[in-house]
Amino acid sequence: MRLVGLFGGLFLFWLALSGLFAPLLISLGVVACLLATAAVWRLNMVDREAQPLELLRGALTYWPWLVVEIIKSAWNVTKVVLHPRLPISPTMTVVKASQKTPSGIATYANSITLTPGTLTTGVSGHTLTIHALVKDGALDLESGGMDRRVSQFEGTA
Amino acid sequence: MSFVIDIASGILIALGCFFIVAGAIAMLRLPDVYTRVHGASVIDTAGAGFLLTGLMLQAGASLVTVKLVFVLAVFFFTLPVAAHALAQAALHEGVKPLLSEDRTSGDGKDQAASGRQP
Amino acid sequence: MMFAAAAMAILVALSMVVIRAIKGPTVFDRVLAGNSVGMLAILLLAVIGFLTGRPQFLDVALTYGLLNLIATLAVLKFFRHGDLAYDAEEDSKP
Repeated sequence: MRLVGLFGGLFLFWLALSGLFAPLLISLGVVACLLATAAVWRLNMVDREAQPLELLRGALTYWPWLVVEIIKSAWNVTKVVLHPRLPISPTMTVVKASQKTPSGIATYANSITLTPGTLTTGVSGHTLTIHALVKDGALDLESGGMDRRVSQFEGTA
Repeated sequence: MSFVIDIASGILIALGCFFIVAGAIAMLRLPDVYTRVHGASVIDTAGAGFLLTGLMLQAGASLVTVKLVFVLAVFFFTLPVAAHALAQAALHEGVKPLLSEDRTSGDGKDQAASGRQP
Repeated sequence: MMFAAAAMAILVALSMVVIRAIKGPTVFDRVLAGNSVGMLAILLLAVIGFLTGRPQFLDVALTYGLLNLIATLAVLKFFRHGDLAYDAEEDSKP
């Protein structure tokens, strides 16, 4: 079932990138997608972690929230940078990740890095080391709003 | 109708350009590597996001829009990887971050004078 | 007109990032600036594709984006370990 989904996804990707619908090119695409699917099957990579289809429903609510967060913090960083006196207060801090799976922790760390103004510099187990441009960003993360969101997103799977 | 779309995409493209230039200014003005990463991430998330969304509105429903979505996905998936690798490599090399407060050990002592290792 | 203005803004940002790449005191500043130059080049390619009405530029932009990540990671790995063919087990050996 997952193999068929993978093949379909790869073939749609091929069609979207080529945009040509000549019979020769489409048959070449079918062959290429079959080879790729066979390679993935041989590597035993067809499981929940590699194709997290169940997460799509949670992603529909999580990604828009993340986009809004990115825009807000990008505006904050822009204000700080364009301020004539450059009022930065770089802060290093440590936050706990409450996610259960490794991919949940990776999602949390990547969300922190994607948000301008905060940067994950190290991960060990369930603790993340964060570098923040202004102190407020570090305090926001310590209060754990984003952590709860990512755990909720992970829980929908 | 196309007039409205033109206006909307113009606003989005202008916002994107604003964030791109602001991120570039950040990379020039900020004092050390770790803070400059924040400038680069403003360029790559907000700037690129607004600019490419504006271009998508111009392209309409076509394969070009699909490709723009792929470009945006490449941006959003590669930026954290590159930024994290950069920060870790710099920490490993012993480049000290310029901090006004270090909360990792919990004592919150002032390290602004420690500066950068040569 | 709109696309030309966007291209100009990207070029201004590009020149500032190149200044950072030339000035950058540590090698990591230069790697970061190089990565940003790549990202801005992708955006410039997309805008030029619209400016000249040839969306084929987007394919080049996609490929360049994937290569940019690999280039950045390869350079960082080289400066961290001094070797691209690095073996993780060497760390644990004395």
